[in-house]
Amino acid sequence: MSASTSDYDIDTFHLAEEPHHPEGSSTMLGFWLYLMSDCLIFAMLFATYGVLGTSYAGGPGPKQLFELPLVAVNTAMLLFSSITYGFAMLAMTNGKVRSTQLWLFVTALFGMAFISIELYEFANLIHEGATPQKSAFLSSFFTLVATHGLHVTFGLIWLFTLMVQIQVKGLIPANQRRLMCLSLFWHFLDVIWIGVFTFVYLLGMLR
Amino acid sequence: MSADLHHTAHDHAGHGHDDHDAHLHEESHGSYKSYFIGFGLSVILTAIPFWLVMTRTLTNQATALIIMAFAAVQMVVHMIFFLHMNRRAEGGWSIMALIFTIVIVGIALSGSLWVMYHMNANMMPTEDMSQMG
Amino acid sequence: MASTMQASPLNVSPILGRFTLESLPLHEPIVVATFCGVALGGIALLAALTYFKLWGYLWKEWFTSVDHKKIGIMYMILGIVMLLRGFSDAIMMRAQQAMAFGNEGYLNAHHYDQVFTAHGVIMIFFVAMPFVTGLMNYVVPLQIGARDVSFPFLNNFSFWMTTAGAVIIMMSLFVGEFAQTGWLAMPPLSGIGYSPGVGVDYYIWSLQIAGVGTLLSGVNLIATIVKMRAPGMTMMKMPIFCWTALCTNILIVAAFPVLTAVLALLSLDRYVDTAFFTNTLGGNPMMYVNLIWIWGHPEVYILILPMFGVFSEVTSTFSGKRIFGYTSMVYATMVITLLAYLVWLHHFFTMGSGASVNSFFGITTMIISIPTGAKIFNWLFTMYRGRVRFELPMMWTIAFMITFTIGGMTGVLLAVPPADFVLHNSLFLVAHFHNVIIGGVVFGAFAGINYWFPKAFGFRLNDFWGKVSFWCWVVGFYLAFMPLYVLGLMGVTRRLRTFEDPSLQIWFIIAGIGALLIAAGIGAMLLQFAVSIRDREKLRDTTGDPWNGRTLEWATSSPPPDYNFAFTPVIHQGDAWADMKTRAYERPITGFKDIHMPSNTGSGVILAGLCVAFGVGMIWYVWWLAAVSFVAILGVSIGHTFIYKRDYYIPKAIVAAKEDARTAALAEAKA
Repeated sequence: MSASTSDYDIDTFHLAEEPHHPEGSSTMLGFWLYLMSDCLIFAMLFATYGVLGTSYAGGPGPKQLFELPLVAVNTAMLLFSSITYGFAMLAMTNGKVRSTQLWLFVTALFGMAFISIELYEFANLIHEGATPQKSAFLSSFFTLVATHGLHVTFGLIWLFTLMVQIQVKGLIPANQRRLMCLSLFWHFLDVIWIGVFTFVYLLGMLR
Repeated sequence: MSADLHHTAHDHAGHGHDDHDAHLHEESHGSYKSYFIGFGLSVILTAIPFWLVMTRTLTNQATALIIMAFAAVQMVVHMIFFLHMNRRAEGGWSIMALIFTIVIVGIALSGSLWVMYHMNANMMPTEDMSQMG
Repeated sequence: MASTMQASPLNVSPILGRFTLESLPLHEPIVVATFCGVALGGIALLAALTYFKLWGYLWKEWFTSVDHKKIGIMYMILGIVMLLRGFSDAIMMRAQQAMAFGNEGYLNAHHYDQVFTAHGVIMIFFVAMPFVTGLMNYVVPLQIGARDVSFPFLNNFSFWMTTAGAVIIMMSLFVGEFAQTGWLAMPPLSGIGYSPGVGVDYYIWSLQIAGVGTLLSGVNLIATIVKMRAPGMTMMKMPIFCWTALCTNILIVAAFPVLTAVLALLSLDRYVDTAFFTNTLGGNPMMYVNLIWIWGHPEVYILILPMFGVFSEVTSTFSGKRIFGYTSMVYATMVITLLAYLVWLHHFFTMGSGASVNSFFGITTMIISIPTGAKIFNWLFTMYRGRVRFELPMMWTIAFMITFTIGGMTGVLLAVPPADFVLHNSLFLVAHFHNVIIGGVVFGAFAGINYWFPKAFGFRLNDFWGKVSFWCWVVGFYLAFMPLYVLGLMGVTRRLRTFEDPSLQIWFIIAGIGALLIAAGIGAMLLQFAVSIRDREKLRDTTGDPWNGRTLEWATSSPPPDYNFAFTPVIHQGDAWADMKTRAYERPITGFKDIHMPSNTGSGVILAGLCVAFGVGMIWYVWWLAAVSFVAILGVSIGHTFIYKRDYYIPKAIVAAKEDARTAALAEAKA
């Protein structure tokens, strides 16, 4: 960030030494800004669900389709994965490679559990005939939830890639930055999920 | 590059910090305590809405309001305890970006719902079209 | 009945998808002729590059460059090339509309509808956006005293993604067809039922790919402006152009995700038969209109705000004064940025949202004209009592002020819902938005090009042909579009191909003459470039500051060295360069250090190329191609992240040599 004018003599027009822009100093802000744009994509999917989510086209609605216990389990998986990622970050801060890798792996397990349960839920719905093509409600439901699931999947690919990179290079600053970015991404996905389980599943059951 | 490593190792030695360093350290990376608190709060803020809906203890309207409020609170909990959001991150730009995004999301969501509700109401064919507006 | 009119499986081969020989428009003579021309020109160009052994040079110095200056120049070149394509569409439309009275004209509906669709898409996404991005890319790091943007590789990648989108849309001209839906591709017309062909798919993938590039560019420039300003340059000491760039990129980051989402939903409707924007099964096409304009309105502010910045810089420089009302300019820009999100419904007043909704958005639309008015007054007050030099950039600025004001006024007129009920989708509307886009964005681009060309290339542009271009454009614009206001008020709808009422024809003929004049203006501009390159030694500028500029980019040589500044400047006031000159600063000539720079990379080109392959696969239902290229994109991206060594140092001896050369050039210029 730029220093205030008073730091420099009025007749100093140049810095003799390079200012300390450490490598990757913009990364966290840049990633955060990207995350804000991703937030907007989800907002539009929520808006679409909000507008079209009661158009059942004479077909099944939330009450016929949603299984709250399963959703509760899923929510727990994601929440656990958030805290285990947090432990990974703490291990990273303490420079412990093995501990970091371990907690990352546990996080991935929870993430994969989440995806598996979601796929199971989708398979059941499709088996019952509640496909995305049946109504605007189902189109918007599947798209919103699956977009979240796709993000989680990409997060998992990223996570495994990072585990390899940490194994190869250790916890160098570049890898630490990447872990911090994935941390933002991962927790952000959990925030989106709060919106999903509240506005889609819980409110859906209340209609 | 090696200067960076040195810098990092020094910062995160974990011993002999003064309070200022430890505070900043915790703010940017959290601590076991903050993660557990966040986790605990999230569990409560998730369990209660699920329970309310699954048991239908309250009226639909009351339940809806409560679970939406809890969702908002839990998002804030995640922001603070997991995402380490604070006013100082990136010189205040992080929180400004977040607030701006929330405003835009609010406008787009509420605007869309409002507009589409009116469109649907007006554009659905009825016997008596003089009711439009 | 659900819209299940997908391409019948019988027509989709596993190897070639739905491509058949019939996909080639061999029966359209105009397209065939165009193809021959383009092919011949293309082969000539490729042959020349090979003969002069330029491929290595192009790859190493330009295509893989992560230098914001090179990338900025490439964006401008892309914009100019696509301007020629987009303008050809315009000439074709003007010709058709001027002649088609009681006859069919020379374009059938299938062709004409693609022409007006392509014209809009190309002009907005592949001319205006590249111009805006190119100028911001080139100028912002220099103006804030930085070496490059925050994410140089992403910058290169963004450029190539935009180019990939342009490649895809150009492909649509020769293989298959383009969308016939208008530039926003509204469903149900753009749904799979009414547009089963490849046209809308070309549209979707071209924009989705280019959109990724634009979004990343937005993130990049915000981070750059926030994090990489030189010491002492507080936000309120930044050049106004940087403020408008910041707000533009905030708009980009906040608006383009909406476009991504909407187009994705349309693709789902088209590819897997979902019911978002269908007429049946609970779908709602009005939701598309709503969402696309939530993007669309901020988009036009994305186009105009940087140009407001250009005009601020030019007015200030050529009046020899600080910009009047810097603070109010900043606030006006921020207000416009926020209000841009509160007006979108004015694009569809007539869709039936009712009086309360229409009134709200009508009022907000009128309010948003106020900060722009404030800016115009600030520019006028900057000129007042200044010693105004009417060089070409200033001429374009004056033309902008007059033309944009007229266009803005017709916009406020349209903001009144009852008036809009008469004028919506008439030629009045077409005249309005061309008035503000040409008067604002195009004139701004030309002002920017004439202003910063000497900085980028080290020699000025030829003045005579510049003025010819200017007058042809200005007179041509008024001739081409003022009749459209008249026609719109008389009730003529947009996008019509043939007409019945012969009394209208004279207006279309005048408009056609205007278009021809604009064509002459474009020709004159190309001549301007050619003559300037030919005469570059005569037009050479060795000072780096041919206009007596006020901002930091003029402190460097023309063109600037790779590293921009040998020493990071320290800022004390706004208009930093003017301050330095006034206080007789001394340019440092010793004590140079090694300079840390980012390395070139081919990953951007490769990834964008794979995206083109992926797009083609998705468009033509060549599923194996889509799958393979998708996996390759993932693989290359992951592979790229395994390259940790992405930087190098310019040795201080080289820095010293470059700076010494500049010292000598400056001494010679003084002599």
